[in-house]
Amino acid sequence: MSAALLDIDHVSKRFVKRPSLGERIAGLLGAGRKTEIVRAVSDVSLTVRKGEVVGLVGESGCGKSTLGRIIAGIYAPSDGKVLFGNAPVAKEQGRRTEKLTTQVQMVHQDPFASLNPRMRIGDTVAEGPVTHNIVKARDADAYVADMLGRVGLDPSYRRRFPHQFSGGQRQRIAIARALAMKPDLLVLDEPVASLDVSIQAQVLNLFMDLRQDLDLTAIFISHDLGVVRHVSDRVAIMYLGRIVELAPTAELYAAPNHPYTKALFESVPRVGVGRKDFRPIAGEIPSPLHPPNGCHFHPRCPLAGPRCKREAPALSAIGPGRASACHLNGGGTD
Amino acid sequence: MSDAILRVNNLQTQFQTRNGVLKAVDGVSFEVGRGRILGLVGESGSGKSVTGYSILGLIEAPGEVAGGEVLLKGQDLTRLKGEAMRRVRGAQIAMVFQDPMMTLNPVLKIGTQMIAAVRAHDKVSRKVAWGRARDALAKVGIPSPEERLDAYPHQLSGGMRQRVAIAIALLHSPAVIIADEPTTALDVSIQGQILAEVRRLADETGTAFVWVTHDLAVVSSLADDICVMYAGRVVETGAAADVIASPRHPYTAGLLASVPAEHEPGERLPQVPGSTPSLADLPPGCAFAPRCFKAGPACTTTPPVQTFADGRSALCHYPIEPVSCQPLSSTSTTYRSAS
Ligand SMILES: Nc1ncnc2c1ncn2[C@@H]1O[C@H](COP(=O)(O)OP(=O)(O)OP(=O)(O)O)[C@@H](O)[C@H]1O
Ligand SMILES: Nc1ncnc2c1ncn2[C@@H]1O[C@H](COP(=O)(O)OP(=O)(O)O)[C@@H](O)[C@H]1O
Ligand code: SF4
Ligand code: SF4
Ligand SMILES: [Mg+2]
Ligand SMILES: [Mg+2]
Repeated sequence: MSAALLDIDHVSKRFVKRPSLGERIAGLLGAGRKTEIVRAVSDVSLTVRKGEVVGLVGESGCGKSTLGRIIAGIYAPSDGKVLFGNAPVAKEQGRRTEKLTTQVQMVHQDPFASLNPRMRIGDTVAEGPVTHNIVKARDADAYVADMLGRVGLDPSYRRRFPHQFSGGQRQRIAIARALAMKPDLLVLDEPVASLDVSIQAQVLNLFMDLRQDLDLTAIFISHDLGVVRHVSDRVAIMYLGRIVELAPTAELYAAPNHPYTKALFESVPRVGVGRKDFRPIAGEIPSPLHPPNGCHFHPRCPLAGPRCKREAPALSAIGPGRASACHLNGGGTD
Repeated sequence: MSDAILRVNNLQTQFQTRNGVLKAVDGVSFEVGRGRILGLVGESGSGKSVTGYSILGLIEAPGEVAGGEVLLKGQDLTRLKGEAMRRVRGAQIAMVFQDPMMTLNPVLKIGTQMIAAVRAHDKVSRKVAWGRARDALAKVGIPSPEERLDAYPHQLSGGMRQRVAIAIALLHSPAVIIADEPTTALDVSIQGQILAEVRRLADETGTAFVWVTHDLAVVSSLADDICVMYAGRVVETGAAADVIASPRHPYTAGLLASVPAEHEPGERLPQVPGSTPSLADLPPGCAFAPRCFKAGPACTTTPPVQTFADGRSALCHYPIEPVSCQPLSSTSTTYRSAS
C-alpha cells in the first residue's frame, strides 16, 4: 500500500445563505425567513493514496461538488484541513481563498459554463501552464497541440472557439486544460453527466486510458452508480454533507452495508433488469439548511430506532478498508 | 396493435431557419394503447421534444407540422385549430415538462392554479374543483395534499413540484399524457418514487403515457414499448424488454453496449464513434452511416422500415439478427444487496 497523497482531516464547510428573491417576496407575504447556514459538508475525513481513483457518490446537494472544490483548493474549509503531500491546498486571505498548489486540478461539472466563450481553446489550455511557468510562452503552442492530441482531439482545433465543439469535445477540452497543469491529483466533477450516452463511453474510455498512461490519482464525482463502479477503486457514499459509507468498489457493490447505500442501489433503474423492478426510497431529501438530528437518514430509514434520532453515528471501521456510519454496526438503534 | 389510443403517422415537423428548412421530425410513427407506457428514447437533439410538442399542437412559427397525422381516438389533432385544440389539450391529452415551472405559476398557490385548471374544462364549483385537486395530489403520492394546496411552488422540492405537474396533467383523466424528460433533473431516489407512481397510474387509470427520456435504464424499468429516435427519425420500435435484450438497429445496439453497468469494472467500453450529427447537415441516406459498424454499400440511400414477425421494426438496410440467448439481466452483475 502506497502512502497517502491526499489527507482530508475532519473537514466541514458552511455557507451563509441569504434569502433568494422568491423567498424575499414570500417574506413580504408573511412567511419570513432570515439568513441561514447551509452545512454543505460536515466532518468529512478521507485519505487518498497515490494512483487511486476514489468515487464520490450521492444525490443532489449532498456536498459532492463542495468537497471537490475544497480538495482542489477553491474553497477553504470552515473547519478541518486538507493536506496534499503534507502541505495545505489553500489558505484563507480575509474573504478570499488562495489556492496554494497547481498539483491538484479540477474539471468542473458544466463543460459549457467552464470554458471562456471568447477565448480560443488553445489559449484556454495554455493559460494556466504559461502563468505558472510549467511551459515557456514560445513553446505553448506545441504543448497545447500535444495536450489536445492526448485527449483525442485534432491539434488543429486549438484555433477554434468553445461554441464550435460538441458537449463531449468540450469535456475533452476541459480535461486537457486540467492535464496541461501536470497535476498529481485530478478532481472530476460529474464529467459525463451532461453527455449523451454514446459520448459518455468515449469520455470514460479516455479517462481510463489517461489514468494508465499518466498514473493519475483522481476523485471522480458522480451521481451515476454504474459510472462510478466502472472507474473507481474505492467509493465514498455521501448523504447530506457526510460520508456514510466508504469501501473498495467491488465489495461495496457486492454487499453494501449502510441502509442508505442499500436503498440507493435498490431504487436505481437499471438497463436489463426489466420492468417495475425498482423499489424507491420513501420520503424526501431533507434540506441541508435543516438537517435532521442524529443520523441524517433517520426520517427515511426503514431500520431507524430511537437512538438514531438522538445520536449521529460515526463513520467507523466495519472490516478491512471498509467503514460505515450506522448504529446497526455498533450498539444498535435503541 | 389495433386498439391504439394515440397513433402518430408519418409526422413531419420543420423549422424555417436562415440556412433553410430544418427537418426536426422527419416521418415519425408510433402508437400507444390504453394504460401502456411508451418510452421515446434518443440523444439530445434527436427530435423527442419536438415530437411531443407537435402532438399537442404547441409548435409555433418559424416551426410547423408539415405533414402526417396525430390520431387521438381516431381524431386527427393536426387538423384542429385554436380553440378546438385548446379544448382537447389538458382534457383529453396533457403534457408534463422537464421543468415543472413550465406548468406552474410561481406567484399563485398550488390550489388556486389547480382549481383554475379544473374549471378550464369543467364548469364545476370551486369547492368541487378543490376536492378534485386534492384527490389528484393524493393520487401522485403527495403527503398531506390539503396543506400542499395552500403552498406556493417555491415552498416545494423539485420532486414535489414535478408530482404537482403530473397531478395537474391527470386532473381531467386524459387518455394520454406526454411527459418530456420529467425526471431528468431529479435525484435517483425521487425519480424512483415518480416512476413507481406513474407505473401504478397507468395500470390503474388506463391513461397512456409517452415517456420521453434519454435514459435507457428508465425506459427499461418503466416502459412497455420503446421507440428509439435518431436525427429526427424513428430507427427502432418494439416491446421494451425485447429491444433491450436484442436490439435490431445498430444505433440502439451501440447505445446499449456502451452502458457501463453492463460491463466488468475498468473494462474498455464499446463506444459509438463520432458525434451526433447536426440536422442542418445530415449525410445522405442513413443518417447513422458515418458512425455505424454495419454500414454497407446500400447505406448511402434512405433505409427502409423493416418490420419483423414479433411486431418490431427497424429503419435499416442491414438490421442485426436477433439473438435468442438470455436477456441481459441474467448475464450482468446487478447491484442487489446480499440480504
Ligand atoms: N457558494 C454557495 N453558497 C451557498 N450555498 C452553497 C454554495 N455552494 C453550495 N451550497 C449548498 O451546499 C450544499 C451542497 O452543494 P454541492 O454543490 O456541493 O452539492 P452536490 O452534491 O455537488 O450536488 P449536485 O449533485 O446537484 O451537483 C447545497 O445545499 C448547496 O445549495
Ligand atoms: N424553435 C426551434 N427553432 C429551430 N430549431 C428547433 C426549435 N426547436 C427545436 N429545434 C431543433 O429541432 C431538433 C430537435 O430538437 P428537440 O426535439 O428539442 O430534441 P430532443 O428533445 O430530442 O433533445 C434540434 O436540432 C433542435 O435544435
Ligand atoms: S443510524 Fe439508524 S437511521 Fe441511520 S442508517 Fe443506521 S439504522 Fe438507519
Ligand atoms: S442503414 Fe446502414 S448505416 Fe444505417 S444503421 Fe443500418 S446498417 Fe447502419
Ligand atoms: Mg455538484
Ligand atoms: Mg428535449
